[in-house]
This record gives sequence, structure tokens and C-alpha cells, in this order.
Amino acid sequence: MSRQPYLPIALVVAGLALLPLGLTSNTVLNFLAFAMIITLAAQGWNILGGYGGQFSFGHAVFFGTGAYAMALLQVRFGINPWLALPLAMALGAGVGFAIGYLSFRARLRGSYFALVTLAFAEVFRISANAWGFTGGAAGVLVPLRIGAEHMQFADKRLAYWLALAFVAATLALTLALSRSRFGAHLVAVRENEEAARALGVDALAVKLKAITLSGAITASAGCLYTQKFLYLDANLAYGPWISVEALLAPIIGGLGTVFGPLVGAVVLLGLGEVTKTTFANLTGGAIPGVDLVVFGVLLILCVAYAPRGVLGLAEGWLGRLKGTRP
Amino acid sequence: MLKLDIFLSALANGLMTGAVYALISLGLTLVYGVLHIINFAHGATLTAAMFAVLIAHTVFGLDPYLAVFFLTPLFFALGYGVQRFVINPASHGSDSNILLVTLGLSIIIENALLAGFRSDTRSIDVPYGFSVVEVGNLFLSVPKLVAFVASFVVALLLWLLLARTDTGKAIRAVAKEKTGAALSGINVDHIYAVTFGLGAACLAIAACLLMPTFLVNPRIGNAFVLVAFTIVVLGGMGSIAGALVGGLIIGVVESLSGLYFGESLGQIGIFLIFILVLLFRPTGLFGAKA
Repeated sequence: MSRQPYLPIALVVAGLALLPLGLTSNTVLNFLAFAMIITLAAQGWNILGGYGGQFSFGHAVFFGTGAYAMALLQVRFGINPWLALPLAMALGAGVGFAIGYLSFRARLRGSYFALVTLAFAEVFRISANAWGFTGGAAGVLVPLRIGAEHMQFADKRLAYWLALAFVAATLALTLALSRSRFGAHLVAVRENEEAARALGVDALAVKLKAITLSGAITASAGCLYTQKFLYLDANLAYGPWISVEALLAPIIGGLGTVFGPLVGAVVLLGLGEVTKTTFANLTGGAIPGVDLVVFGVLLILCVAYAPRGVLGLAEGWLGRLKGTRP
Repeated sequence: MLKLDIFLSALANGLMTGAVYALISLGLTLVYGVLHIINFAHGATLTAAMFAVLIAHTVFGLDPYLAVFFLTPLFFALGYGVQRFVINPASHGSDSNILLVTLGLSIIIENALLAGFRSDTRSIDVPYGFSVVEVGNLFLSVPKLVAFVASFVVALLLWLLLARTDTGKAIRAVAKEKTGAALSGINVDHIYAVTFGLGAACLAIAACLLMPTFLVNPRIGNAFVLVAFTIVVLGGMGSIAGALVGGLIIGVVESLSGLYFGESLGQIGIFLIFILVLLFRPTGLFGAKA
């Protein structure tokens, strides 16, 4: 394990990459691609919230910035999506830095930080809804131009593999981060900011780096979302749904772990689908919101009984099976 | 002259809405002052209370101003129970866990209402819904005037409760020093739950006062909750006087900026105040040290 730290990532990614070879149903492929996008958004949240202990309730601000930048750079400026993507990620990083600079300098933490991120997301949402440049309430439509050079794929598997490649990169990045000096500083700030500072850790710089990186990663999720659905409005891009999912996935999967967001996103979306279809079959019609009720219950149960998420539970069971309780 | 009249009526409307905002914020600031946590489920609880008023009116034919006498104790009990039997045990005493548990609760309440009532916007018809009184050149809506006066009465009662009763003394003791309070024989868990119950009861009263003039849908709480957070932050976390003054200020700012800049930008004004206060004066206007 310690010799080959990246082996588990390689195995998991290879397994996920092979999935579409066996499964060809469009529903499954759409589900997988969407799960990868949520994983990316959640991995961004996890770096700031899981490793850094700064709970953001407004990660939609980064997701939406990435998504809108991706769409507007193409529609308004005619920039190729492959170039727009890194630009949009840079913009997400910039927004992350700006919000981090303002709020961490003002020493906001805990619930104050959660509140201020929520308010930023709302300001962005209302602005995008009102501003003509972003398409206002009608939203933006990215013209359909199938072709790899336009990052639009006729074969749904290609779109999935692209998202998976991003997930693979962020998994490796998160692992590298957790083994680096920066990662150790980040965890130290999470555990006890005063103590970390007393030991010479520049807490402000560490948190700023984390939120900048987090902003870029979550923005990339927004970019892929734009390319998948080719349509955006303020409630999709900056709405509370993505803030909630980006936060729930790491908490349910395992906070501050490399694989937590991935496991959490798959469990969350899978459970959401099952709930929706079960209730639709029971009552003979779709009921809005039932999946989110389950998410809320799951969040409370996780906080109460599984503070280390599904991965923590699995580790505990494995340990018990081997007879060595952790 | 006409311009001045419009300005004055916007001001009066702002003050009247602001008083209800203040009432909503009272619960939030009380819970913060005692438990030192932010209750994210506050907005969703208000939505639930508004739906309760709606049901009381449509199913039982109960007038909102009568329903207040049933719903206030009901929501007190609900708030008490949820804090004592869900939030407290689930969060293991950690602040960030409480934040997440109340977020979970708000997701559950909001979406359960969405599943039950769909996203339709509803309102109730009461005979006095559109009645007005003439004061000078101004026409003031009667239900809004009632809400204005009632909000101040509730604030006064809450202040009396905190200042004069044994329970109030215990609440203040726990807010200052919970270990010391526990050592002198106060049941801290009970007091926490009572505080939470009081917060929910304030929301039930606010819902009864709002329903004659407002609409309700499952997401309506979101519109109020950030406004309430802004008021609480502006007035100073945990300060009752701050919540009252903050509520009136925000009500007036919203009404006037709506008049001069249009509806959607008026909303942004509130969020910008919120962010600016958090960044530059997190103790608020009346708050002691954070």
C-alpha cells in the first residue's frame, strides 16, 4: 500500500472506465456521466471542507461560474471549448481566491463562513438572473455542434470518459495533496487553527490556497455540465441544489478522504434514482422532492452514526471481519 | 407632494414588514445567543408554520388570528422535541455538526412540503385581507398594521420572559456559562430545547401574522431566511434589541430600494449589506464581542 500509493486510484479508475463496455443503456451512461460531474464538484468541496475544515454552503458560486464562463466564452466570444475550459477553471480559481481573501481575512469561520458563502452564491444567482450578458432569466443555449473539436460527443461513452479523466486527475491530485506538506498544514488548520499558527503555519495562506484550488476543481464540474446539457440558467448554475450535493457527497462518502466524494456521489445519486422511481411506481406519478428528503435524512444519520461516512463504516466492518477492530 | 406620499407609504410599508422580519429574527438570534449555533432550519420551519396556518384555514376554517393560539404552543412543542431528540443527540456537541444537522432538517422539511403540496403558490382569503385605514394622506393595510403592533408585543413578552421569570434566568445563565449553569442545578439540555421551542413559537406567530397578506410555497422560507440572517448579523448576534432595530432597518431598505431600483436589485441590496456587515463589522450594531 505505501509503496504503490496511487495503485488503488488506478484500479478504481480502470474499473470505472471499463463499465460502459458492458453497459450500453443510455440511462446508465447518463447516470454515470452525471455522477462524475457531481464527484468533481464534491472533490472541490472536499479539499476545502474535508481537509481544510471550512464548510462552504455556497459551492454553487464556483460551479456556476465555471458553467457560465464555459457557455459565454463560446457563445459570446466564439472561443473553442477546449480553450474555454482552462479559462473557466482559472475564473473559478479567481472567484475562490477573492471570496477566500475577503472572508478569511475577516476571520470568518464555522457558521459565519458557511453563511457568507451562501450569500455570495445568492448574489451571483440573482445577478446572473437579472443581467442581459448572462442571458437573464431565459438562460444561455450553447449551439449543438457535434464533434470532438467542439467537446460535444455523439457517443455518450466519450463524454463519460472525459469526465472520468477529470475525476482521475483530481483523485491523484487529492492523494498527492494529502501526502504533501501543504496537505499536512491544511489538516493542522482544520484540527486547531491557533495551535497550527503557533507552530508557524501561515493559516491564511493555507486556507487561501485551498479555496482557490477548490474553486478551480468545482468550476471544472460546471464546465462539463455545460457541455453535457448545452443549456444553463441561473437556478441550474448557481442554485442551492449543487451547493447541497457538493457538500453531501463527501460527508456521506467520507469527509477528508480521497475516495469519499466519489463513493458519496454514486451512493447519493443511486439512492436518489431508486427513491424517485419507487415513489413514482407507488403513487403512479413523479413526486418532486422525495429524493431530497432522503438526502436530508441521510445527512443527519451520517452526522449522528457515521462521522467518517460510508468508507468509514466499510473500514469498520472489514476490521471486525478480520477480528482486529480499528 | 405626490412623490413625498409615495415615499412615506413605502417607508410605512417597510416599517410594517420590517417588524415581522424582526419577529422572525428574534427566534434566530435567541437560539444563537443561547446555543451559539446558527439554526439553518429556521426558514424551513417558518414555511412549515405558514402551511400549518393554510391548513388551519382551509381544512378547519380557522382564522389566522385565532390559529395563533393553537399553533404557537404546537410549534413550541415541535421545536422543543426536535432540538432535544434529534439535533442534540445527533450532533454530539460539535458546532459544525449542529450546522449540518439543521441543514439536513431544512432540506427534509422543505422537500417534504414540496412533495406534499407541489410547488404551487397558495394564499388564503380573509375578509380583512385588503382593508385599509387612512392616516393623514397614507393608506395603511390593516393586517400589516396588526402584524406591526403584534411583533412589538411579542418582543416585549419575550423580553419579560427572559428578564423576569425563573426560566428566563436559567436561559440567560446557560447563555453566559453553561458549565456553571449545569453545576448550579440547571438542566442545560432542557434549557437548550426550551430556547429552540421559543424560536419555533416566534415563527408560528410570525406565520399567522404574515398569511393574511403573503403567499406561501415550499421555498418561501429561503426568501425570509437570508433576510433574517442579515438582520441578526446587522443587529448583533444574540441581541434582542438588535433584532428589532435591524428588522426595521432591513424592512425599510428593502421597501425603498424596491421603489427606486426595482424588485430584483432590491434583493441584492440586502445580500450586499449582509456580506459587508459580516466582513467589516461581524459584531453588528448592537453586538458585544463576537
